[in-house]
Amino acid sequence: METVVSIKPLLASLVSLAAVVPIVLSGKRPNLREAWTFGAGLVKLALVASMLPVVLAGNQIEYTLWQFLPGVAIAFRVDAMGLLFALVSSTLWIATSAYSIGYMRGLDEHSQTRYFAFFAVALSSTIGVAFAANLFTLYIFYELLSLATYPLVTHHQDEEARRSGRKYLTFILGTSIGLVLPAMLIVYSLTGTLDFNQPGLLAGAPSKAVVVVLLLMLVLGFAKAGIMPMHAWLPAAMVAPTPVSALLHAVAVVKVGVFSIFRVLTGVFGVHLLRSLDLGNLVAVLASVTILTASLIALSQDGLKRRLAFSTIGQLSYIVLGAALLTPKGMTGGLLHIAMHAFGKITLFFCAGAIFVATGRKNISEMVGIGRRMPVTMTAFLIGAMSVIGIPPTGGFISKWYLVLGTLEAHQIPLLVVLLSSSLLNAAYFMPVFYRAFFCTPEESQFEAGVVAEAPIWCVVPLVFSACCSVALFFYPQPFLHLAELAVQHILGG
Amino acid sequence: MAMAEIFAKYNYWIYITLMMIGLYAMIAKGNLAKKIIGMSIFQTAIIVFYVSIGAKKGGATIPIIAHGHEGAEHVVRAIDYVNPLPHVLMLTAIVVGVATLGVALAIAMSIYERYGSMEEEEILERIRE
Amino acid sequence: MIAPEQYPVLIVTVPLLSAFLINLIGMVDKRLCYPASLLALGASLAAALAVAARVAATGTIHYHVGNWPPPFGIEYVIDHLNALVLVVVAGVALVAAIASKRSVEQDFPDKRAQFYTLFVLLTTGLLGMTITGDAFNLYVLMEISALTNYSLIAMGGNRALVGGFNYIIIGTIGACFYLLGVGHLYIMTGSLNMADLLQLLPALFHTKAVLVGAILMLLGAWIKMAFFPLHGWLPNAYTYAPSATSTLVAPLMTKVSVYIMIRVLFSVFGAYYVFTVLPVKGLVVWLAVAAIVGGSIFALAQQDFKRMLTYLIVAEVGYMVGGVWLANQWGITGAILHIVNDAVMTLCLFLFCGIVVHKTRGHRLENLRGLFRRMPVTMAAFAVGALSMIGVPPTAGFFSKWYLILGGIDAHQWGFVAALLFSSLVNAVLFFRVFEIAYFEPAEEVHGHGAAVAIDEAPLSMLLPLVAVAIGLIVLGLYSTSLVSTFIQYAVPAGI
Repeated sequence: METVVSIKPLLASLVSLAAVVPIVLSGKRPNLREAWTFGAGLVKLALVASMLPVVLAGNQIEYTLWQFLPGVAIAFRVDAMGLLFALVSSTLWIATSAYSIGYMRGLDEHSQTRYFAFFAVALSSTIGVAFAANLFTLYIFYELLSLATYPLVTHHQDEEARRSGRKYLTFILGTSIGLVLPAMLIVYSLTGTLDFNQPGLLAGAPSKAVVVVLLLMLVLGFAKAGIMPMHAWLPAAMVAPTPVSALLHAVAVVKVGVFSIFRVLTGVFGVHLLRSLDLGNLVAVLASVTILTASLIALSQDGLKRRLAFSTIGQLSYIVLGAALLTPKGMTGGLLHIAMHAFGKITLFFCAGAIFVATGRKNISEMVGIGRRMPVTMTAFLIGAMSVIGIPPTGGFISKWYLVLGTLEAHQIPLLVVLLSSSLLNAAYFMPVFYRAFFCTPEESQFEAGVVAEAPIWCVVPLVFSACCSVALFFYPQPFLHLAELAVQHILGG
Repeated sequence: MAMAEIFAKYNYWIYITLMMIGLYAMIAKGNLAKKIIGMSIFQTAIIVFYVSIGAKKGGATIPIIAHGHEGAEHVVRAIDYVNPLPHVLMLTAIVVGVATLGVALAIAMSIYERYGSMEEEEILERIRE
Repeated sequence: MIAPEQYPVLIVTVPLLSAFLINLIGMVDKRLCYPASLLALGASLAAALAVAARVAATGTIHYHVGNWPPPFGIEYVIDHLNALVLVVVAGVALVAAIASKRSVEQDFPDKRAQFYTLFVLLTTGLLGMTITGDAFNLYVLMEISALTNYSLIAMGGNRALVGGFNYIIIGTIGACFYLLGVGHLYIMTGSLNMADLLQLLPALFHTKAVLVGAILMLLGAWIKMAFFPLHGWLPNAYTYAPSATSTLVAPLMTKVSVYIMIRVLFSVFGAYYVFTVLPVKGLVVWLAVAAIVGGSIFALAQQDFKRMLTYLIVAEVGYMVGGVWLANQWGITGAILHIVNDAVMTLCLFLFCGIVVHKTRGHRLENLRGLFRRMPVTMAAFAVGALSMIGVPPTAGFFSKWYLILGGIDAHQWGFVAALLFSSLVNAVLFFRVFEIAYFEPAEEVHGHGAAVAIDEAPLSMLLPLVAVAIGLIVLGLYSTSLVSTFIQYAVPAGI
């Protein structure tokens, strides 16, 4: 494996941050402003994609921006794992930007300039996390993301937004300062460096007790991953405009959380250490509890976005579970699920937002018969739901397939049961939505013919796009599968 | 400790007593003027301390180099002279003390003009109103 | 042209003489006082920068005032530690002076000459305290800065008078304790020169007089820096002080006092005495913990924005004192770095507070309502300062906290580590509460006396310094490595 030095990862991260200036300056001219967003999105995607051949050839790209202390630097390293995540987020940012235009203008929201500006900052931080070469860099971008998303979550600036924003910060900032920061400093104090490496920073670990404490601090500290009991911010954050929920709370922010946990488990603790101390199970149990509990809670939610939020909490723990299995297939499945779940869940959020724009309704009980009025949206919803449940022919099937194989590989039958029963629960909370939307008599329908139609075209196109992607990923899971396999190879074989 | 020993260091006892009187007035008295008086006593105690440590028993004199040019080869016998340095330092400290006193009095006067009282409790009461 | 060898004395004498000139100029035309003080402080800053550059290049500079050799004459010693602090003091004073224009015109239009005279004189005192290598000279300069500070605070009138009066009483006790401590050392050694004392004292480490001297000097410094539980004077004095005063004194007074503590500990007694002979190491760290936790909790209880900031100063003092007494490389590095960072952070917050007072005529939390909409640039700059207080990277506050926590871990002082994290969390709560008020609550119309000021973006003379300081916080964060490698690593005493 070769290491290439290139400034590309830095540029890929910074391009959207740089776009903030023209976005703010052209605040009075919305079309120009959105053009900047698209421009930055395309450049970002191009930069990320241009690194694909290098990484697929088994190489890494590195760039050190700034050295703080020996072993502590703002440095970027593009490997298969990071690139996979970056590719997903930068693709979906473009889709979400298009969707934002339809949604924000459709609802005539205030402060749109602020909205687009902070969205761009959030994306910069996300890519920064994806390409972080060490825990320090990861932490910086993680914090930046927390702060950049606060104005997005509280966009409506009303009492409910204020309460939710407070909850959001309490969980996200509280854990990152209270748990991750000290854990990071203890790691540094023990090892003298923070660089992610193989077989893991703590490989020559001091004692099991220290490792367990650090593991809990880091796994629970990255609260964006929504592992219970650190999940409560996510349903609260649903007060945000839907594109925010779609990109940030189904893709960028929450995946940053699980990605960080993935990185820490593999790069700081190391698979061998976790295996030898038998700590994978500890994380697996946390994840399993979250998967089942979240799915059960999702059943009882009437608000569509809240149901989706609890579904997300459950699905995120799939990824953590995949990492915790510590087997090749399990980890591949976990990494793949980052991509597959992203495309599926963002579709669902896009649909929820489209319904809100078109009808102003948020609750599932008010959506009887909506399938007849918004057939495109609801078909996309079905595809998204299938992907999240894991029914072929959607991408979600592939990641779950690998995860199931992973549990067998690890001889963890209880975890297999968790996965399968969760899939049933997923079906149980998604299918009623779809059933009510389509299967009802004209009398039962809550929508009169001709009054409600599809949402604006800017809303519909992105959701069709992401739904198509979900299907396409079943037939053609490259390059994500390849990236995931490369990453696992590197982690395990190194 | 023998009585003589205590008596031998009487200058320290004096300064400590003065200091405690001053400190007590600054902290425990409610009247601003008394606080200022306490502050002055407190500062004076330290001046007493410094001045007393420069003193010598048994006919020591002020250190004027009386030898002239011829006397330059003689080593100055420090034992003959009072140490002048603490006294000089205290000239500065006295100036500082006077300045502090001035500022304190000025502020106390302003407080009196504004709140019509020099008693701390009455002032606090008027602030609360 | 003045020879570069003379720059050290210029740092102090230029503002000292200017202070008197400003008073005279004020008799001719009050409007000239402002540019004159900027000029004086600017010259002082330039000299400080030149001296710092020389120290970085060639090492410690000794300057004999009036060419009297030490230990007889007064010696200025500029090493890596105070070269840095001098730049900070001169820089902060200049920025505070620039921003003071509108506040001074608003608060006391007729007393501009007096204000700027005292302002520059106070800066002189602080610079002198920092530069001197003589223990008694330090006392005199300490009193110069204190006396001017009392007057500047009392210029706020009303409650500032009462706060200022209490400050006089407590401040005098502090200074006198210090003086008494110096006296004890003088009895034992016959010297007042710090370098000389450092040579003479080791033979006397076992004596009670030296112990008492050390404790008295420490107590004096602690009172002056408002180290918990000796902090009682600070909140009232700083809350009710005029904005222009608090912008200068809040960032500098406590920080310079912390510098004095470090100077006395390491340049008079030496690290061995402080950490090995003095039996207070563990106790002081716990006092620092109490300062951090206590300051944070008191800050939480405040409804007044400025008062909240003053309690944060108390907490931050705990950071620095605790960091020094961790007695390891990390901790002391962190404490010194935090002197710089905290001065700039506090400056940022108080500059913002000055703007709020200027625009809304008050500094309670409700005065902040709706400010994000009315003054977005000001609020953005304030947000940077607030994030630095919380310790969010890459702002300066994060990096000093990094060193301090590492020091705590290294010294196994878990209480101190926990206190630092607790304080970060409390700061997050405090500042996001402020953000919430400014972001969610609609602004009210001002019903102040006199002509109502429209609440919009601050005037440039206040806004530019604030924005510059906010940017400075990020730059300082990114350059903290060079700061440590150029200056601070040499300031940490060897052999610990």
